[in-house]
Amino acid sequence: MTALWDSMNGRGKLLLVLLILALLMAPMVASRYLLSVLTLILYFVYVGQAWNLMMGYAGQLSLGHALYVGLGGYVAAILWVHYGIGPWLSIVPAVAVAAAFGAVIGWLAFRFGIEGVYFALLTIAFAEFTRIGFDHLAIAGGAGGLFIPYEERRLGEWWNLRGNQLFFYYLAFVLAAAGVLITALLSRARLGFQWLAVREDETAARALGIDAFRAKMKAILISSGMTAVGGVFYAFYNNTLFPAQMFDMSRSIELILAPIVGGLGTIFGPVVGAFILTPLGEILIMLTDWLGINLPGVKAVFYGLTLMIIISLVPTGVWPRIAQSLDLKKRGP
Amino acid sequence: MWSIYLNVILQGVLTGLVYGLMALGLSVIFGVVRVVNFAHGEFAVIAMYAAFLLFKAIGLDPLIAMAPIAAAFFVVGFVLQRSLINAFVGRPEHEQFILLVGLAIIITNGLLMIFGPDAQPTQLPYAFDSYLIGDMIIDKVRVYAAIAAVVVSAALFAFFRHTRTGTAIRACADNLTGAAVIGLNVKRLYALTFGLGLACVGAAGALMVTLADAAPSLGPAYTLLAFTIVIIGGLGSMSGALVGGVLIGVSEALAGFMFAPSMKSMFSFGLLIAVLVLRPQGLMGKKPT
Repeated sequence: MTALWDSMNGRGKLLLVLLILALLMAPMVASRYLLSVLTLILYFVYVGQAWNLMMGYAGQLSLGHALYVGLGGYVAAILWVHYGIGPWLSIVPAVAVAAAFGAVIGWLAFRFGIEGVYFALLTIAFAEFTRIGFDHLAIAGGAGGLFIPYEERRLGEWWNLRGNQLFFYYLAFVLAAAGVLITALLSRARLGFQWLAVREDETAARALGIDAFRAKMKAILISSGMTAVGGVFYAFYNNTLFPAQMFDMSRSIELILAPIVGGLGTIFGPVVGAFILTPLGEILIMLTDWLGINLPGVKAVFYGLTLMIIISLVPTGVWPRIAQSLDLKKRGP
Repeated sequence: MWSIYLNVILQGVLTGLVYGLMALGLSVIFGVVRVVNFAHGEFAVIAMYAAFLLFKAIGLDPLIAMAPIAAAFFVVGFVLQRSLINAFVGRPEHEQFILLVGLAIIITNGLLMIFGPDAQPTQLPYAFDSYLIGDMIIDKVRVYAAIAAVVVSAALFAFFRHTRTGTAIRACADNLTGAAVIGLNVKRLYALTFGLGLACVGAAGALMVTLADAAPSLGPAYTLLAFTIVIIGGLGSMSGALVGGVLIGVSEALAGFMFAPSMKSMFSFGLLIAVLVLRPQGLMGKKPT
């Protein structure tokens, strides 16, 4: 952590502190709507970080991260709706279930040498498989969905994740901050360097004595577990869960956009990406509403275009460029 | 009793041949250009809408509309490869993936904006006709579609086997450096291949309209279907695509018959996972050396 702080020059430090202060004080000026947009941004920062660990650092392209969001959300919601177990406790089984799925996928893929496109397809296949399974799972409400009841008397029960917009905003802030901290810590830990070595050249990494299988397994376990926490947040924030909505591939894509646009394998890339993309999407909706052409699908077309343009022009993401032009890093010794 | 199962399997084989033609396009593109066309199913759905519109507007039978649609798709594929995708050849897999995922999202949601989310049926005059063989009932449309799929596939096989251009394309797939050294125009051949791959998917989409109603949401589902088939059959193997298509067609038909139609793709994904683990190169694929 201190290493990250030390690597920044005065200007970098100032910007970071200003961003944190602005986010902390935003509820004082922001409208309810703006607060909901900021909450969404911070949520995408968090899940983006979780995905970034796996793709950006360990180099494993997962296109099925909606699986872990869905599992985390569903486990917590089922335990709450049917058994009255609050999310602060059910977060443990939620993470455990998602990590178990991650472990199975990782074991199958890494043990049997399934890489690249094949690995991405395996993750999609598992997410789709689970989606159809949940369509037929009675305890999860099947295709008809699962609803967390809105109860007036529980509104103040923050320990049960029942609260108003302000509460969820600060919760999302804590999640996002934790996501950035975890990434910063891991990227400078032994494990982080092992991931980079495996990402760049697995054979060479092995020759150096790195257990690539273990490193990749750790990546998928950490990433799936972290994503499941995001799923718990998502479930209790939205209060409705449908298999088609939670596990759909477009969810997986949505969550990988921010790190890709911001910059894979960077600590602040997913943050910058989320702060660019989510507001752009909202502005686009407002614009099309205003022009009277807001058809379903407009936002998605915009996301598709963004993906194509970014990957064609700045495949490494915008953050490395911004950081360079703002000159935020401390010069060499 | 058993003839019911035989009936279901036979229907699955016929559908599977059309699936196979669609997957063949994907396999050809990957086998030569080494780019995974993640917008494959979305192109199939464009072809479905094209066939649907042609039938609705001028009453053109999809079995005939298949030819102009395939030709148009060939041009689209050629131009697309030349203008957009060629720059991504040889770039990291995730970058190619993201480019085509972006294209796929635009196609699906563009169709959603134009045609709306509802499925559009194409009511052929012979839609409910069937052949009676023994005590088995075989849908006429399925037989026609399957025959057409086999004819197109056979034409493609013949092209790769017996023409100079086909041989040149195979040379690019086998040894890119060697192909470039002997003076083959790799860029042009890549564009041709991409065009051929899209022509396959265009023909398959036109045929598909006789078996299923066109809807934007089918795009991602067909992409996954095509990938599942190609991986089961072996990426880059042309015969593998057809074998995989038939296998998936039969597994879908049986799963739909014995369990619930909505669970049929669960069995396909199960099959995919099993193949990935037990024989990652696919049933007909060559072991990587």
